[in-house]
Amino acid sequence: MIDDSRKKYRARKTSGPESSPPPPKSIRSLYDYHDAEAWSLTPVLNLAALAPTRSLDDLMARDKQREEDGFPRKIRLGKVVKPGGKDDERVVVVPTTVEEKFLHDAVTVAEDGNGGEGGEDPLYGGQGEGEDGEIIGEQPIRNDREGGSGAGHGEGTIHEIESNAYELGRVLTEEFKLPNLQDKGKKRSLTKYSYDLTDRHKGFGQVIDKKATLRQIIKTNIALGRVRQRARIRTDSLLISPNDRIYRVLSKEKDYESQAVVFFLRDYSGSMGGRPTETVVSQHIMIYSWLTYQYENQVETRFILHDTEAKEVDNFNIYYNSKVAGGTQVASAYRLVNRLVEKENLVRDYNIYVFHGTDGDDWDTKGEEALPELRKMLTYVARIGITIAENNFGIPGRSDLERYIRKSGLLDEKPSLIRLDVLGKETDESRLIEGIRALIS
Amino acid sequence: MELISQHAKKIMEGCKERARDVGLRFQDDSLEYIVTNRDILELSPKTMIPTLYDYWVQDVEVLRESGRYELFPSNPYETVINTRPPISFYNDNNPDWLNVMIFYHVIGHIDFFQNNLFYQHTWDYDFTSKALSDKRLISQLRSEKGRWVDYIIEFAKSIDNLVGYFSMMSDQRKLSVTQTVTLVDYYFDIFLQVEAKVSVPDYFKEIERYNLLQREHPGSAEQLFLEEVRSRYTEFDSYWQKYQEHGKTADRYDLLEFIMKHSSFLNQEENRWMKMVIEVVRNTSLYFQPQIRTKILNEGWASYWHEILFLNDDRICGHEIDFARVHAKVTSMRRIGLNPYALGMHLFCFLEKMADKGRISSEYRRQQDKRKRDTFDSGAGTGRDFIFNIRKTYCDSMFVSEHITQDFVDEHKLFVAGRTLNEQRMTWQYYVKSRKAEDYRNMVLDFLYHPPCIDFETTPENHLHLQHLFEEKPLVRDYIAGTMLGIEYLWGGPVILDTFEPVKKEIAKEADDTVKTETPRQEIGWQKIRYKMRDRQLSREEQ
Repeated sequence: MIDDSRKKYRARKTSGPESSPPPPKSIRSLYDYHDAEAWSLTPVLNLAALAPTRSLDDLMARDKQREEDGFPRKIRLGKVVKPGGKDDERVVVVPTTVEEKFLHDAVTVAEDGNGGEGGEDPLYGGQGEGEDGEIIGEQPIRNDREGGSGAGHGEGTIHEIESNAYELGRVLTEEFKLPNLQDKGKKRSLTKYSYDLTDRHKGFGQVIDKKATLRQIIKTNIALGRVRQRARIRTDSLLISPNDRIYRVLSKEKDYESQAVVFFLRDYSGSMGGRPTETVVSQHIMIYSWLTYQYENQVETRFILHDTEAKEVDNFNIYYNSKVAGGTQVASAYRLVNRLVEKENLVRDYNIYVFHGTDGDDWDTKGEEALPELRKMLTYVARIGITIAENNFGIPGRSDLERYIRKSGLLDEKPSLIRLDVLGKETDESRLIEGIRALIS
Repeated sequence: MELISQHAKKIMEGCKERARDVGLRFQDDSLEYIVTNRDILELSPKTMIPTLYDYWVQDVEVLRESGRYELFPSNPYETVINTRPPISFYNDNNPDWLNVMIFYHVIGHIDFFQNNLFYQHTWDYDFTSKALSDKRLISQLRSEKGRWVDYIIEFAKSIDNLVGYFSMMSDQRKLSVTQTVTLVDYYFDIFLQVEAKVSVPDYFKEIERYNLLQREHPGSAEQLFLEEVRSRYTEFDSYWQKYQEHGKTADRYDLLEFIMKHSSFLNQEENRWMKMVIEVVRNTSLYFQPQIRTKILNEGWASYWHEILFLNDDRICGHEIDFARVHAKVTSMRRIGLNPYALGMHLFCFLEKMADKGRISSEYRRQQDKRKRDTFDSGAGTGRDFIFNIRKTYCDSMFVSEHITQDFVDEHKLFVAGRTLNEQRMTWQYYVKSRKAEDYRNMVLDFLYHPPCIDFETTPENHLHLQHLFEEKPLVRDYIAGTMLGIEYLWGGPVILDTFEPVKKEIAKEADDTVKTETPRQEIGWQKIRYKMRDRQLSREEQ
């Protein structure tokens, strides 16, 4: 049977040059039907390696070039998330683009600042029993509304971080790199290969290896008795078998890559409600997407939420969606990180990064507990990035956390290991990206 | 990609014979390939034409698909492409009986491709080989011009849905070449009827006068006649001139061709290569036009035949239950939604039955008596002929608007569904809105592929002026800037677009508020908008 996800996805694909505006995702329109899908008996098995014709990097480079040529960028990066159980949630960064054309749109009246609802309600085809006006089915609206993310609703919706995606692409292509990355661990890269003309191959190949070929020819002729010791070799009478030709062929060489573990820390206390949460979360989602994109399997991510106590959560969705009211103890989160690092001996195999998002409120106003933990952390991390998203109650530039960290002098002492960025109330996308740059540059 | 096994091929040849026996007509040879999922991922952005030119958007799609594929494996593709010989694709793990069933479906498609008149322009050549030479041309150009080739493809593709498919079909160009309109023709055929709007008796009087002069002064009749005309209508000459000028721009198919012909930018010596690229894009688009305009018919026709042919194939007895399962999946009507396979197939079955009983006649239509209608049977037996004629001469919109009748809607219990928002439950609720054939027909028609109609001309300042024909549908606003940017580039000068956008109409509050509707009815008015793209900057003004 055809599962939901495929229906949704197919709503965007049509056979012809383009489709009319897609109807709600779970209802299929005329052009969503395809022979093959109709005919396939079983879902097809997963394929391990699919080599695309051109890599994402090439495409992003091309997109950057567009800007220089005076045309707006066209590639957006989206994520496909497959919500699963605890551990098998997977995220894949996929590029998307639209081919812009003159197309008919549904009739909707755009209300100021509020995307077009209203206008005519769409009509659908239907079949079966039912009186006029009888309700025959319903569908939760949540599915088409939520663009961002949500813990495990639906079966694999396409989570495009719509508004962020464009800017996100920009961040990605500017090729941020994790700072202070050192060689640690021995895990082989699964994604990066270098190609080298090292393998030899008889009979055919890319570049002929003259020396090896000649040697082989001589060998063959010795075996045939056409070359004798001390006798003069007559090159024009040597026999050459097709197998004597030795070529060099391209071979895949696996690269080794450094390992990293990234801790995301988020304050989800009461004071974080609204804008600060939004800001922190969108910044973390960007960093997270960037990491998944650029370091794919090389980076492990851990998520920690804290109010007065800290806890580790399983995946980004929970991290992203949890809301709880409560007090704030920044130290609790730092302590948890330290404990985890110690317990799992992460220092040996990993470069460790910590990103912390908070509104700067801390009940421990002097940082008496937080600072020692922070100092301890600084002994092993490659970078700590703290984002303070200011809330509406505090005085700008005077939050507890900011004050005690600045006062402690850590920022000047170890500028390559710790960064602090303060985001005001009015923060837009580009400021968030500035923020990321500040944290990881 | 590899050819199907000889064993399967042999079975398929048997299928062809059986299909010919029931009247399907198609060329002898065909190619069948076994494809893997990876082939498909790379082919589907090229609409399954293996030799289609390369373009980066395809790469984006391949990447997107393979990314998605890792999470949600699935395989979308068309089974058969309209080439010479036709090529069809089969999954590598299908059992034989399924391949036979699919092949019958494929034969239905091939028959449709090769007999439906809307495909006429694809009959004379093999698209894969043409596409191959286009692909080589484009990669050749790409090696010389680099990424600019891709920009041209992109911009040409942004208006390739406006290709003049129907004007190509009606072959206006041939007519305008063979028939030149003379002054006298213009006077009688156009001027008198359109501009002067004379009455019928007066019109005949003029013809009479012309014929009289012809008889009396065979040599100079025309001149004498026109002198009289000019003295009566002093404006005649200026109208004639205007008509001739209009004629110059009337012998064109579509926007792409107009731009190629008249763009000052494209016609500069160093930019001429761009026209080749545009031509490739345009031809490709024209090639695909009939497919999207005959979706219901094509799938319906193929489904109709795979059912009949498979069930009558003695070689595959024992798979009836497997068949029934797949067949039901393909051709079931959804509770909500439109399935072209089902709609098309049921229409064909229904029409065959109707025509067999002679019910597609004015006699039946005039019959008001319900009982007599139900038993009406003239014994005509022309059902097959009737549907074969539909297969030959119809496209979706004709098919739907002519043949979705109340009888059909009733027989299959079809209805139009509406949607309301239930705020308490936060759900969309679907309800039966209407069971009238007319409403159903209009709903289907509304779903059919229908690109906007955009007229074009040059202004005196040599700006390109596009006019979107008003059909109570706005354009997708987000795409306007990107599209016009491309057109401006190709045109080499400012581009203006006139279109209409819906606005909320202020409804004067009525005096009696006794009847309160749940949601206030929204009246929609239309505001004319002029977009102007100049130096890659878009401006928008209401008019």
